[in-house]
Amino acid sequence: MSRAALYRIAILAGIVALFEILCLTGKIDRITMQPPHRMVMDLGRMIGSGKLNAAIVQTLSNAGIALVLALVVGIASAIILFRFRVARDVLDPLFATYYAIPVFAFYPLLIVLFGLGDTPQILLGFMLAVVAVIVNTLNGLDRVPRVLLKTARVNQMGGTETALKIMLPSAAPYVLTGVKLAVAYSLIGIIGAEFIMSRGGMGYEISFAYNNFDNATMYPLILLILFVSLSLNTALSLWERRLLRRRGQR
Amino acid sequence: MTSAAHVTLRAAEKTFARADSRETIHAVGPIDLDLHKGEFFAVVGPSGCGKSTMLELIAGLTEATRGSVEFEGVPISGRIPDGVGVVFQEDACFPWMTVRDNIGFGLRRAKLSRAECADRVAKALQMMGLEAFAESYPAQLSGGMRQRVCIARTLVTQPRLVLLDEPFGALDQQTRLLMGEELLKLWRHTGATVFLITHALDEATMLADRIGVMSARPGRLLEIIETNWPRDRDSRIVEDVRFGEITARLWRSLREESMKSIGKARVA
Repeated sequence: MSRAALYRIAILAGIVALFEILCLTGKIDRITMQPPHRMVMDLGRMIGSGKLNAAIVQTLSNAGIALVLALVVGIASAIILFRFRVARDVLDPLFATYYAIPVFAFYPLLIVLFGLGDTPQILLGFMLAVVAVIVNTLNGLDRVPRVLLKTARVNQMGGTETALKIMLPSAAPYVLTGVKLAVAYSLIGIIGAEFIMSRGGMGYEISFAYNNFDNATMYPLILLILFVSLSLNTALSLWERRLLRRRGQR
Repeated sequence: MTSAAHVTLRAAEKTFARADSRETIHAVGPIDLDLHKGEFFAVVGPSGCGKSTMLELIAGLTEATRGSVEFEGVPISGRIPDGVGVVFQEDACFPWMTVRDNIGFGLRRAKLSRAECADRVAKALQMMGLEAFAESYPAQLSGGMRQRVCIARTLVTQPRLVLLDEPFGALDQQTRLLMGEELLKLWRHTGATVFLITHALDEATMLADRIGVMSARPGRLLEIIETNWPRDRDSRIVEDVRFGEITARLWRSLREESMKSIGKARVA
């Protein structure tokens, strides 16, 4: 394990230990926050009882759909924009300021258009994630060595084959950075939308528990989201590190 | 060597538009040249004279602004013809593939049988001295070894016309001589026409049947020198007294052009 990873674990352990002490000594009261060990126990109990399984499955599957949509549309759009300079010049400033737009403000409009089902939530997750994928993929495509593109031409590869076999593999570390961000953004989009208005999902359950001072449900759910997000991020980081190591970049 | 024209350039010229103004840069030409089928032709010239542009015209990577370029009697107009292999000056290894996969890239695309691919790749690995590195990634290799991978990747597809843009530039002198020998062996074995661009006059002298000397930009062929070496030759040809004579003649032709290219006044 790298030194950075050890420090990371030590910092996290320190923060958890600090909250544990603050909660156990009553510096933070139980109505405000549970001690971390209690959150873990409640999470185990919650998963064991299966009470919230439907909500967990709903949120994760919607986030998964939003993520896949964002990846497919984002990567395809980046390749198209890379080829059409004018379109890119038009859209680049919009990408730069995109995250200043409060995407959740469009949620009511999406509910009006698509109803209070999964679709508006998936669209919000998609809208949050897709630009991160486009921007990072474009960043990677800009760095594809020209000689590799010439090699593709010499091998009589068409546009699609060049994109799939040369450009994307060459840009893979950057695309992966986009994927990592998209995982986080799609989760934020889905859970945020569920939190605001929904008939189910983890965000809805957190919101419901929050409004009812049900810390025994709210904190374990937050912990679960943190665990899912961290696990996916760690897996992608390991993959990214492997790619970079192969290329002598780390 | 046969005399049939394999590649023909007729008054071929290339001009580029400058990115920062409406001016154009006359990069190369007009050039008239016949590459004979199966010959080894080298081009030497001062830096920036348009050697690589000339190669790109023949490869179909860029289109002639004026004149014509033909390969096997078919005009090349910015279209990459079949049977052409190019080794570039820059490192063109695919960093996400192992050496074995890099070399087999073109073969897999040609949909050869798995056994045929494996056999040809194994031979290429052996010929290039890369057997021990077959499962390594390019980042784990030296610059010279990476260039050998690129050469192997091109030659393994057995192109009828091989275009080499300073392929040995990243190699040390001894390796260059040995790689030159390997290239000569392959050339004899495949019967391909080879068009080599190089800065190294001795490399051109050792490898080529004919050497084209280019002027400073816009690059034109000043003269073509025939080496008259036997087809069956290797790096020991450097011991031949004519080797020095040809290299000296090349330098005589090139000296003034090289001075022009670095902005010096006309030499006496």
